[in-house]
Amino acid sequence: MIIAIPKESAPGEARVAATPESVRRMQDLGFSVVIEKGAGAAASFADEAYREAGAEIREDAAACLKDAGLVFKVQAPTDEEIELIPSGATLVAFLKPAQSEELLEKLAAKNINALAVESVPRISRAQKMDALSSMANIAGYRAVIEAAHNFGRFFTGQITAAGKIPPAKVLVIGAGVAGLSAIGTAKSMGAMVRAFDTRAEVREQVESMGADFLTVEIEEEGSGQGGYAKEMSQAFIDAEMALFREQAKEVDIVITTALIPGKPAPKLWLADMVDSMPEGSVVVDLAAEMGGNCDYTEKDEKVVKSGVTIIGYTNLPSRAATQSSKLYSTNLTHLLAELAPEKDGEINIDFEDEVIRGATVVREGEITWPPPAPKVSVQPKPAPEKSAEAAPKPEAKAPKKTSPLSILAFWAIAGALLLWLGRVAPADFVSHFTVFVLAIFVGWQVIWNVTHALHTPLMSVTNAISGIVVVGALLQVGATGSGLVTLLAFVAVLVASINIFGGFFVTYRMLKMFRR
Amino acid sequence: MNGMISMAYLFSAVMFILSLGGLSSHETARRGNIYGMVGMAVAIIATIAGIVSGAYWMVAIAMAVGAVIGIFLARRVAMTQMPQMVALLHSFVGLAAVLIGWGGFLDPRLNLTGAEHIVHNTEIFLGIFIGAITLTGSLVAFGKLQGIVSGKPLMLPARHWLNLAAILACLFLGWLFIPADLGAGTVLNLLIMTAIALLLGIHLIAAIGGADMPVVISMLNSYSGWAAAATGFMLSNDLLIVVGALVGSSGAILSYIMCRGMNRSFISVILGGFGSDGGEVGDGEVDGEVVETSFDEVADDLDAADSIIIVPGFGMAVAHAQQAVSDLTEKLRQKGKTVRFGIHPVAGRLPGHMNVLLAEANVPYDIVLEMDEINGDFPDTDLVLVIGANDTVNPDAVEKPGSPIAGMPVLECWKAGKVVILKRSMASGYAGVANPLFYKENARMLFGDAKDSLQTVLGKLSS
Repeated sequence: MIIAIPKESAPGEARVAATPESVRRMQDLGFSVVIEKGAGAAASFADEAYREAGAEIREDAAACLKDAGLVFKVQAPTDEEIELIPSGATLVAFLKPAQSEELLEKLAAKNINALAVESVPRISRAQKMDALSSMANIAGYRAVIEAAHNFGRFFTGQITAAGKIPPAKVLVIGAGVAGLSAIGTAKSMGAMVRAFDTRAEVREQVESMGADFLTVEIEEEGSGQGGYAKEMSQAFIDAEMALFREQAKEVDIVITTALIPGKPAPKLWLADMVDSMPEGSVVVDLAAEMGGNCDYTEKDEKVVKSGVTIIGYTNLPSRAATQSSKLYSTNLTHLLAELAPEKDGEINIDFEDEVIRGATVVREGEITWPPPAPKVSVQPKPAPEKSAEAAPKPEAKAPKKTSPLSILAFWAIAGALLLWLGRVAPADFVSHFTVFVLAIFVGWQVIWNVTHALHTPLMSVTNAISGIVVVGALLQVGATGSGLVTLLAFVAVLVASINIFGGFFVTYRMLKMFRR
Repeated sequence: MNGMISMAYLFSAVMFILSLGGLSSHETARRGNIYGMVGMAVAIIATIAGIVSGAYWMVAIAMAVGAVIGIFLARRVAMTQMPQMVALLHSFVGLAAVLIGWGGFLDPRLNLTGAEHIVHNTEIFLGIFIGAITLTGSLVAFGKLQGIVSGKPLMLPARHWLNLAAILACLFLGWLFIPADLGAGTVLNLLIMTAIALLLGIHLIAAIGGADMPVVISMLNSYSGWAAAATGFMLSNDLLIVVGALVGSSGAILSYIMCRGMNRSFISVILGGFGSDGGEVGDGEVDGEVVETSFDEVADDLDAADSIIIVPGFGMAVAHAQQAVSDLTEKLRQKGKTVRFGIHPVAGRLPGHMNVLLAEANVPYDIVLEMDEINGDFPDTDLVLVIGANDTVNPDAVEKPGSPIAGMPVLECWKAGKVVILKRSMASGYAGVANPLFYKENARMLFGDAKDSLQTVLGKLSS
């Protein structure tokens, strides 16, 4: 079977559905490949490279398509192109089945089978065929590049001899593939990146890319079927808007990527937010195709409103055509491998295969869109209880207030006791007691200054100096004339010496270890 | 002569104060230790030269044997075993105080009467009482730390009443003993009191759980000081009184700091039996999943992280992992990453235990920070490595008012980007409460011996 790759006819479309590399892969699967002259030129793939890879180069679209069994394209075909595609052939391209009923009818009328690459179900097995993600990845990257191009400052903060450069602040709304890609790109360029998404489960992904995840204080799960976002309640949207208004005053660059499948893009970045952004800021609206997330967005245009550049390009992947073509053609060859499991150059549109069933929008003259709901969807676990609801912190004990009266009573009693002690105790004791009390206060003052890290050496050194009781024992050794007392004192000197020598030595060992 | 000895003692006392003052910073700490040694040497030489007459050979033998034993112990002890060593040294002070108290009681030279007699007897009585409690209490603490005695609190029925009865009995004996003259009955009273105090020391400390050991050690430190002070009163020796007061207040302050670190009142620690008195005890039911990680993943995480905080706990000491921790730190710092340590005040079994271990392994002390210094930095940290810590990183202390550890200040490591917990098993810590940290979304467990795990991870780090 012949696979035909015509040149894209849409204005501004630089991508191509096959690269020399993918041509080889298609031949491995048993197909022969025909390419229209100059099809890859805009994406920097020369005809010569295709020919070397084994493809046949034909002069124009008519010649290219005349005997095709399978047609790979990027954009949906125009009416003229449909005319050129032979009946019974199969077309694979971005067909936007949700918005192009008319196109599907025309294809069905001409008995052209059609697979829409964006309808490949989002299951793990089909990830290698997910052209939408490939393109979104590039769109996200390119969005940052466009923003940087139109932004008059550095992304990264620097301190130079010519002054301090603050880092750019980037807000990414919608952390899908495009959003995450934009986060990664902006982050690697040195910007401060924050991101917002209604789906709580993407927080981890956002944070893994190095951005701050912004949240609103409302509990609502924004995950819909198949890992896409769903529409949110009014209360949530209000909270979201408040958050955005707050952010608008700070951020330099906003990249919006919010899309809800089959619905116009939600308006998230309103006119007043743009107005409150600093002069020179940039908004890149990746949802421009579906009407845009920003009020000012004009599809395919770059406009400047109140000093803010708003970019609504819809062909961002095409602006990185070489990369896009490579990824897209790889997605297509994976899909082809699925279509031709026997590797015999024949395709089988097998509706038992979930991926093919999902992608097929027209088969044998019948429109088969929309497909039944995917059987497996990565349902996020219900989010664990939020810390916002967590029990209130146990309150720190309020410092006890002591009334002046109780202070007075304390000192009155203490004073009375001291006077009593002075009256009954011998003079000798009184002087010792004076020393004792003063020493306690000295100790109290000194010890509070000891640094926490040295508490262990403090304990061992106090251990050592409490070996001073050896003095007491020394006074008793042999001085009393009583054998028993001498024995007791002897043992006391011994153990106290263990303390003195052991304590000081181990302190010495420990202190020796501390280094800066 | 007496004047000279007094001045020598005064000099020693000043040296001791400077010695403790020196510990206020790392730079002056070593000089402080030398001050302490000088003070001690002066005190001993002055005593021997000025007061001791004869029996020099006994003094020499006793001190030599003590010195050999002491230095042998001090050289041999591993830094992980410092808590045991300190506990053992406390018990020696207690023993010395008891012996000197008895010696003072049996000293036939004394012939005091009236108030002096009463004061002297009171001092003897108190010295022996405190000394005996310190002696046996420290031995039990030593046993618990060494693993000879179970770390679980011993819960005798009516244990508070037993303690109260013991104290009342001692008071009664003291009432009999203090005014009495030397005689068979008096000796018996003092003997019974000593026995009761010894038992009381065992019982008091046996009832305190292993988690409270930092408090116990500092408390016993304090007791050993008071015992020395009481001995000083008995012998009318100002130097002993000063040193006793210094050590006593030092231990008291340390106990206070430790209690504050656990948000527990001193009384409740002394009464023992942590986690057993009422309150909503954590029943170990925590929702969520524990996610295990691998050596490769941890190595990747470390490679990816810019700022890393390491939170060591007693587990690091058990696994002797401090050297591996230090090697890892060194490697990460060479790669230009910010590595710091967060130390909880009660980490380990002794105040400052972690600092000593890390210092032993040559971790620079200026990256080892206290809990209060580092707690605010966790949200800006990419990765936290928790090495053998459990209760000190338990989020329940902050989030769950009914938890037995509620209100205890903890290292809030769960606020960091990712937390990797090195642990031998899912067993709970000394407080016996489950730790929801392990179930947090950003937490990963790395099971196994901390030392082996760290060495494996170190080998896998990209160079």
